[in-house]
Amino acid sequence: MTARKDLLGLEDLSADEIVTILDNARTFREVLDRPIPKVPSLRGMTAANLFFEPSTRTRLSFELAEKRLSADTVNFQTSGSSVSKGETLRDTARNIEAMGIHLVVIRHQASGAPHYLARHLEAGVINAGDGTHEHPTQGLLDIYTMREQRGRIAGLRVAIVGDVMHSRVARSNMWGLVKLGAEVVIAGPPTMMPAEVERFGVSVARSVDEAIEGADVVNILRIQLERQCAGLYPSLREYARVYGVTAERIRRAKPDVTVMHPGPMNRGVEIAQDVADGEHSVILQQVTNGVAVRMAVLYLLSRREPSGDVAESETPSVEATKNHDEPTLSPRR
Amino acid sequence: MTNPLCLRGGRVLDPARGIDRVQDLWIEGGKIAGWGEDAPSALRSNPKAEIVDVRGAVVCPGLVDIHVHLREPGQEDRETIETGARAAVRGGFATVACMPNTDPPLDDRPRVEYVRRRGLEVGLARVLPIAAVTKGQQGMELTEIEDLVEAGAVAISDDGKPVRNAELMRRALELTRDLGIPVIQHAEDPDLKGVGVMHEGWVSTRMGLKGIPDIAESVIVARDVLLAELTGGHVHVAHVSAAKTVDLIRQARARGIRITGETAPHYLVLTDEAVEGYDTSAKMNPPLRSERDRDALIEAVQDGTLDCLATDHAPHTDIDKDGDFDSAPFGIVGLETALGVYLKALVEPGHLTLPGLIARMTVEPYRVLGRRGGTLEPGAEADVTVFDPSHRWTVRASEFASKGRNTPFEGWELPGRVLLTLVGGRTVFRAETSEATLR
Repeated sequence: MTARKDLLGLEDLSADEIVTILDNARTFREVLDRPIPKVPSLRGMTAANLFFEPSTRTRLSFELAEKRLSADTVNFQTSGSSVSKGETLRDTARNIEAMGIHLVVIRHQASGAPHYLARHLEAGVINAGDGTHEHPTQGLLDIYTMREQRGRIAGLRVAIVGDVMHSRVARSNMWGLVKLGAEVVIAGPPTMMPAEVERFGVSVARSVDEAIEGADVVNILRIQLERQCAGLYPSLREYARVYGVTAERIRRAKPDVTVMHPGPMNRGVEIAQDVADGEHSVILQQVTNGVAVRMAVLYLLSRREPSGDVAESETPSVEATKNHDEPTLSPRR
Repeated sequence: MTNPLCLRGGRVLDPARGIDRVQDLWIEGGKIAGWGEDAPSALRSNPKAEIVDVRGAVVCPGLVDIHVHLREPGQEDRETIETGARAAVRGGFATVACMPNTDPPLDDRPRVEYVRRRGLEVGLARVLPIAAVTKGQQGMELTEIEDLVEAGAVAISDDGKPVRNAELMRRALELTRDLGIPVIQHAEDPDLKGVGVMHEGWVSTRMGLKGIPDIAESVIVARDVLLAELTGGHVHVAHVSAAKTVDLIRQARARGIRITGETAPHYLVLTDEAVEGYDTSAKMNPPLRSERDRDALIEAVQDGTLDCLATDHAPHTDIDKDGDFDSAPFGIVGLETALGVYLKALVEPGHLTLPGLIARMTVEPYRVLGRRGGTLEPGAEADVTVFDPSHRWTVRASEFASKGRNTPFEGWELPGRVLLTLVGGRTVFRAETSEATLR
C-alpha cells in the first residue's frame, strides 16, 4: 500500500494491501475513542478535498480524518453541471500542483476522473467515488465493519442487494471481498445488472430471497430511481415490493446476520424501517469506521517519499499515538 | 501542362483489372498513358519525361476514403478542408468523401458547392461532399436530394447520427434509387445507445462506464435491410463494428438486397480493452468492441461482405479530448495511419493479399458510390499512390498534417510508408525523406 501514490480503486489492490489498510484502520479506530482523538501524523501536510458532486457524509468523513491526523485541509465544491467538466479537471490539476498540495481527495460524477488527476499530479490522489466505477474507501470501511462484526472475511457469505449497475460501492465491495475470500452473491433488477458481472468472481441470485438465504452479511445498495435508474424500473413501489429488504426477508439469513447500507437510505424503498434500525443493523458503525479507514488510507499514502520511493509499510503503534510520539507516526517527507 | 512522368520499375497493382506486375507506369496530360511496353513509344522516347525510380515500391490507384470528417465549415479549429486534404495525401489518399455533419451541416446547395470548390482551390486530394439526408440533420424533413446531387454530392448521410425515422429512411431510399447513389447510414439506435460511452461488456462493467450494446448498431441495420428490400434503394452501412451487423449484411446480400458496408482501421486491431486507463484516444462511435467482433470484421473484409475500408477520420482538438472519459467527444483521426494499420491488420497476418487490400481502398469505395474510378486503366485520371510496403515507421501524432492529434496508435510501428501521391497527374505529396527511395 505504501508503495502507492494513489488509491483509485480496490481492483488495483492486492489482498495483502487491503489487510494492511484494515490493520492500520483498527489502530486509528482506537485513536478515535480517546478523549483527544488526534495524532500528528500528517502535520505539515495539506489535503485538498475536491467534490465535483454533492456529498455530505463522505466529504465530512474525509475532512474529519484529515483533521484527526493534523493535516491542513482545503475544500473545493462545485456542481458538475455548472462547469465544463474536462476543462475544470485540467485546470484543477494545474492549480493543485501550483499550490503544493500533498494529497487530493476527489469525488467526481465521471468514472475515471481520479485516474486523470493521478496521471497529471505529483500529489497522491484518493478516489472518493467516481461515477459508477469505484468508491474504494467505502468498500474498505464496509469490509472493515464486516471483519469487526464477524471476525473474518474469508468464508463469509455476503449478499449485495440492489442497483449493482450504478453502484460504485458494489464494485469496490465485490473486488475487495472476493480478494479476501468471501463468497459474494448479488441480487437486483435484471435491468440494473451490469454485463458479465459474474467475472468479478461473484454469483448472481435470481431473487433477493435467494441471495439472502444463509447470508452472514447483507449489504443493501441505495436506489436512485430519480436519477440514473429512471426507465430501468417501473416504480419505487414495485421496487420496494420485489427488491426491498424487509424484516421477513432478513429472517432467511443467518440468525446473527450483519445488515449494512452505505447511506443515505431510502427508508421503505430498498430497506424497511425496522431493518434499518433493527438489532442487526451496523449502519452507524459503518459511519464511525469510515473515519478510521480514511485516516489509515491518508496515513499510508502520505508515507511515500517525494522521490517516489516509499517508506516501509508498518502498522502505526498505538502506544506511540497515545503519546503523540511524532517520530513514529509522522510521515517521512 | 506538366511534362510526362514515368514511375519506373514499381510493382504496379490495379485490382480493378487484375494487374499485378513490375513495370513502368506512364502519365501524360494528367491521365494514365500506359504501362511498360504498352505505353506509346513516342512517350517512352520523350526526352522531357520525368523519370522517378520507384523500384521496390507499390504503384497503385490513388487511395479512396469514403468516410472522413473535414469539419469545415464551422469547426475549423478541429480541421479544415486544407489540413484534412493535406493529411489525406500524406496518407496516400487521392480522394476523400467528407461527411455532412459540419456546422452548419451540408444540407443545401451552396454548402455542398462550397466544399467542392474549396477542395478544388486547395488542390490536394479530391474532396467529394456527402450531403445530409435531412435538413439540419434533424431527422425531420428530407433535403432537396436531387439538387444536392447536381451540386456534387456523391451520397447522402446524416452521419454522426442515424436516420431514426423509418418512414424518412424509406423515402430517402426511394428517392435515391435511380440516382445511383447510396444512403450512408450511421447505424445506431439512439435509445439503445443512451448515454453510453464505450462497448457494453465486462470492460465497461469493470470501469463503471455506461455501455453501448452491439445491437444498438445491428437493430438499425436489420431495419434498413427490410427498407432496402422494399424500396430497391442502396443502403451503405458506415463504420461497421459488430459481428451481428456483419451477419445481417451477409444474409441480406445473399438475398440480393442492395446493401454494402465499410469498416475502419481501429476496429480491426483494437478491442474495448484499449479503453483501459480511461484513454480518451480510444473513445469512438461506434465503440471498439470485443475480440469476437474484431474477428468477424476481419472475416467480413476477407469475403467481401464489407466492401470497402474507410477511416472515419474524426479530428478533435487536444482540449476536447483532454479530460474525463464521459465528457470527451467520440472519434479519432485516421488518414495518416490507415494504410499502415490495414497492412498490419490484414496483409501481414495473411488475411488479405496486397491487391485485395488495395481493391478495398480504391475501386471498391468508388463502386459503393456508384462511380467509376480507382483504376490505372489507360485514359483514367492519373490518381496514383506509391508506397513502400516494407518500410516501417513510427506514428508520431505531433507530425500529422491533420489538426487532430487524437490517435490510439501513437508510438506504434507500422508498415507501409507513402512515398508519392498523385492526383490528376500532379504530385500532391512526396515523402521528405524519400530521396534514397525515389531516385
